[in-house]
Amino acid sequence: MGVDRRAHGFPSDARGGKPGTCNVRVQSEPFDVAVESAHLTAGRTDIGAIVTFTGLCRDEGGTLATLELEHYPGMAEEEISRVAQEALDRWPLMGLTAIHRYGKIAPGEPIVLVVTISAHRAAAFAAAEFLMDFLKTRAPFWKKERRVDGSSGDWVAARDDDDAAAERWSEG
Amino acid sequence: MKAVYFAWVRERIGATDEEIFPPETVRTVADLIGWLSAKGENYAYAFENAKTIRAAIDRTHVKHDAAIAGAREIAFFPPMTGG
Repeated sequence: MGVDRRAHGFPSDARGGKPGTCNVRVQSEPFDVAVESAHLTAGRTDIGAIVTFTGLCRDEGGTLATLELEHYPGMAEEEISRVAQEALDRWPLMGLTAIHRYGKIAPGEPIVLVVTISAHRAAAFAAAEFLMDFLKTRAPFWKKERRVDGSSGDWVAARDDDDAAAERWSEG
Repeated sequence: MKAVYFAWVRERIGATDEEIFPPETVRTVADLIGWLSAKGENYAYAFENAKTIRAAIDRTHVKHDAAIAGAREIAFFPPMTGG
């Protein structure tokens, strides 16, 4: 059995086909994963893989009442678009959607969505992970916790391992 | 130029944004952090650990050695915690 290198998520010059569509949104309202997936694949029969990642708000052991996500209007959209363009340049994607919410978010609600489509799964998997790693470290959003005991809680601290996850994409 | 602040930088300074008029000797982001820190205790508190502060000029991430000449909007904020 031969190995199809196109299916391994390596950077490729072989774009082929239609240019990738790129949907980036920053919004306060929730999103529907199924609707976004259907929108990205509508009318196409050339897609072999669709990867969706949804980040949810955790309740932190029942202590978290809500998260308040502050963002930098304008830059948030622009920075996510820059990361999205890098993903489109790096992998043979047929399209992607990236949505990030701001404002008050309750435990169990979705915060962020990444959808990637490609002919083969590896590019879609790799690009989705790349997008999330860079959304976490470059998109201008900040989480503040509100506790169920009424205390205001703290700003969530950035994690070193998020930086490390983003760093590894620049190796080699 | 306009300075904008986010998250705990905004809270510590006590303002979301303001017009600032740094002298010509303030040439880089690092210079500006130093100049702002001298404006008051609230600024000194916000920038007390300058290395952790991130900056953006006209909505693009920059390092502290970036020149501020020509900037319309300079943002200061903590490391990002989205996603």
